[in-house]
Amino acid sequence: MPTASLTEYLFFSGLLFAIGLSGVIIRRNIIVIFMCLELMLAAASLTLVAFSRANLVNGLPDYDGQMLVFFIITVAAAEVAVGLAIIVALYRARKTISTDDLTSLKN
Amino acid sequence: MILWLLFLLPLVSAALIHFVLKQKLSNLASLIGTVSTLATLVIAIMWTNGSFSTPDSWSWISVGSFNASIGLADDQLAKGMMIVVCGIGFLVHVFSLAYMDKDGAKARYFGNLSLFMFSMTGIVLAENFVMMFIFWELVGLSSYLLIGHWYKKDTAADAAKKAFLSNRIGDFGFLIGILMTWMLAGSIVFSDMDGTAFIGSGSWMAGAAVLFVFCGAIGKSAQLPLHVWLPDAMEGPTPVSALIHAATMVAAGVYMMARFFGSVGLEARAQVPAIEVIAWIGAITSLVAALMATQQDDIKKILAYSTLSQLGYMVMAVGLLEPDAGMFHLYTHAWFKALLFLGSGAVIYACHHEQNIWKMGGLFKKMPITGFTFVIGTCALTAVPFTSGFFSKEGILHAAHGTPFYWIALGVAALTTFYMFRLIFVAFFGKAKDEHAEHAKEVEFRMFAPLVILAVMAIASPFLGKLIPANDFTPDTAFHWNEVTIASMIVFLIGFAAAFVIYRGRSSDPINIPLFRNKFYIDEFYAGLVKWFQDILAAIVHFLDEFIINGLLVGGLTRCAQGTGNLFRRNCQSGNLQHYALLSGVGILIAIYFTIFS
Repeated sequence: MPTASLTEYLFFSGLLFAIGLSGVIIRRNIIVIFMCLELMLAAASLTLVAFSRANLVNGLPDYDGQMLVFFIITVAAAEVAVGLAIIVALYRARKTISTDDLTSLKN
Repeated sequence: MILWLLFLLPLVSAALIHFVLKQKLSNLASLIGTVSTLATLVIAIMWTNGSFSTPDSWSWISVGSFNASIGLADDQLAKGMMIVVCGIGFLVHVFSLAYMDKDGAKARYFGNLSLFMFSMTGIVLAENFVMMFIFWELVGLSSYLLIGHWYKKDTAADAAKKAFLSNRIGDFGFLIGILMTWMLAGSIVFSDMDGTAFIGSGSWMAGAAVLFVFCGAIGKSAQLPLHVWLPDAMEGPTPVSALIHAATMVAAGVYMMARFFGSVGLEARAQVPAIEVIAWIGAITSLVAALMATQQDDIKKILAYSTLSQLGYMVMAVGLLEPDAGMFHLYTHAWFKALLFLGSGAVIYACHHEQNIWKMGGLFKKMPITGFTFVIGTCALTAVPFTSGFFSKEGILHAAHGTPFYWIALGVAALTTFYMFRLIFVAFFGKAKDEHAEHAKEVEFRMFAPLVILAVMAIASPFLGKLIPANDFTPDTAFHWNEVTIASMIVFLIGFAAAFVIYRGRSSDPINIPLFRNKFYIDEFYAGLVKWFQDILAAIVHFLDEFIINGLLVGGLTRCAQGTGNLFRRNCQSGNLQHYALLSGVGILIAIYFTIFS
């Protein structure tokens, strides 16, 4: 069974990252932005896994990359909890989750 | 060694009075000032007799070939001048003892008088230009202090300032002249100046140097463009006017020119251009001042303009390459003009500080000694034969003979006779025109004694040949019948007759010439000039400040920074979250680009 090459993995990961980034920039709903952020993290994790598979040491993958992915997942879980809590608090304070209305940094 | 005492005694006296005695011991202070002046007079007389040798000079600054020292000159010019300064200084001190007796700041007065004696001694004894310049400034200071003695009077304070500032203008030129002389003659020491090199340096350079040095004399001796301070300086106490603004300090300019001319060499001078300028300035000053004097009402102002006129005579003699004649006139003039000023001081004192001659009258009978000595002084000033002024004026007329200056000098002599006898007829004869003049009494001994001594000197000074401050000079004290003496006597008679006809027995001035009365409007012209100059300068400075500094430099830079900041604020700082995210994304991309590709 033919397996995908490293290039294909990296291309896919880049695509995923680009989708995430454009989502962060374009969308106005803060929850969607948050999800897009997660998407970018996932893209980064995918890159790490792909490199781990491609970089064989004595016929075995380099597990350092995969270890890092686990860390990212764990930390991301915690980060999501904190982020969602902030969003809830924000909503309670401002009654909105649209970034167009969150302009208190202006001037 | 004892000559250093001559030099330093007045300084010690000034310091003692200013720092130790003060007003509490003002009687002692005035005595110390007088005694120290008497001591310097005695030393000066002994020095003239050749009792002492000149001490070595003390090196003050020595840089490379340049050497400025504090040393004492040793020639007849300095010796004679010392006699004039100390002699008149002593008599003025004695007169001041009475005149300033009731003054509230007697100690300050005598302290400043001592300071003046020190400074004037320094000028006379200076052996080089740098030392002379230092004391030149010091006499300016002491003159300032003494003119402004009654500084609570606005006119006195203003007059002091005016004198100081006018002198500064002249002194600036003098300083340039000293530097040029040092460059051209190779030395600042009078006895070491190289006259040949001075002339050989290119005639225009030498001429410019002479004129710059002359600038100092213009300021100090109150010649025409800068003469305005001297009449105003009469705001000072009258003995000060006699000592400083008639006999000694104002003559310092002539003394300096004579010393300078002697140092660069007699034969060299004729080749220097611009010497004529000096003679013309002197001649014009003497004529203009004499014209002004004819219409003054203040007894001191008349004498002040007369001083200006006589200083013009001396400067003219210097410009005509006869500095000896100028110095001779300086010497005789010092005695009789000090006499006239002290006489006017006695009159003012007797009339309760009334200075207007039209409020005097009949004083000759009430104050016989003052009146008699005043007439003697007037005769000397107007060159009556066998008085001192006759011989010295003769010398100048001879020097001017055959040039246009001769006619100017004769005209001035006629005017001098006219205004002096106007003063005599109005103030000393006729009826008393004021209550104060009615009750005037003869002054006390301490005041009339100096008058008598000065009156003797006003007659006898030319015959005391040893005292005349001029090197290798013997005055011609014989009476000759020639064109000059006859012309001189004719102009005297014209002036006397005019004054007699116009002013005898008058109680108000029958002539009124506003141009002369208002001093040719020169003061007004200067006031306008200063204002105009100041306005233009202020406009330029305002333009620089407002537009260049404020608008362009400071304002421009702040506006530049502000504009850049506004650009970022308006375009980048939108407050939109995604906008910031985009910018940071772009920033990261740029950072990555530079990390990888450069």
